Amino acid sequence: MTWTLVLVLAAGAYAFKFLGLVVVGDRVLPPVLERCLALIPAALIAALIVKDTLSVGHHLVVDARAAGVGAAIVAAWRKAPVLAVIIIGASVTALLRAVS
Amino acid sequence: MISACVTLGLAVGVYAISFGVASVSAGASTAQACVMSLLVFTGASQFSAVSVIAGGGTIGSALSGALLLSARNGVFGLANSRRLTGRLPTRLIAAQLTIDESTAMCAAQDDPVAQRAAFWITGGSVYVFWNVGTLIGALAGGAINPKTFGLDAAIPAAFVAMIWPQLRTSRGRMAVLLGGGICLVSIPVLPIGLPILAASLAIMIGIRRDEVTS
Repeated sequence: MTWTLVLVLAAGAYAFKFLGLVVVGDRVLPPVLERCLALIPAALIAALIVKDTLSVGHHLVVDARAAGVGAAIVAAWRKAPVLAVIIIGASVTALLRAVS
Repeated sequence: MISACVTLGLAVGVYAISFGVASVSAGASTAQACVMSLLVFTGASQFSAVSVIAGGGTIGSALSGALLLSARNGVFGLANSRRLTGRLPTRLIAAQLTIDESTAMCAAQDDPVAQRAAFWITGGSVYVFWNVGTLIGALAGGAINPKTFGLDAAIPAAFVAMIWPQLRTSRGRMAVLLGGGICLVSIPVLPIGLPILAASLAIMIGIRRDEVTS
């Protein structure tokens, strides 16, 4: 581990964050672009859920996490608050690991 | 909402402890681990850089992998720029807090005031817990395995709750299905980090003009 790595990574990571936020800024965009940008959280967070639940590196796996996140989906569908959904997801996963 | 933001911060904080442990065992000093969390502040990239170094990889390969993972924050910034308007100093700070969790919590709110509050509270809470956790892990070593408490599932579970409001429109539902689908099929074939970026293609659903709400 070197300071070069730490500092270059910091600069690069910040550059991505900053560019995204200022490249368009608060300019008003054509409606079609606004509609597309509004879908970013839906598309990328869905991707993060898939990655965090069903993968280890390049491998697709179904393990205790899938049961926990499945339970979280049911809880969200039943309109449970965010906090309850998080706790249900974690505890179902932990319980399944404890008994297996 | 605030309790959910803080709980998420706590779950991320336990991960930060394991990041602190992992980076020290990869040969980083406590200062390097802490500066990384303070300045880089994007968990997946930090874990990736440290694990490449621990595996004997070069600085170059550690950097390229980690930067690829952090590129999605640029896409998140693009989405957040529609909501986080303000003067330059505010944006400079908002940029540093632009991560998965703050973007997701922000997008889950209905009105602009709540969206901004969710972004700042989640970003701030995760920032504090992430850095305190890193310090504890780097100093104290690893007593806690996040998996024992199912915390590896806590984060996607939180994302499930936050993505729910996106399912109200047919366009949102299609973007969720397509984004998740693109990620699923590309995980086995694309380099780590790219499947999330590839999922951005799903926003082209927005080109479709007529919105049917049901």
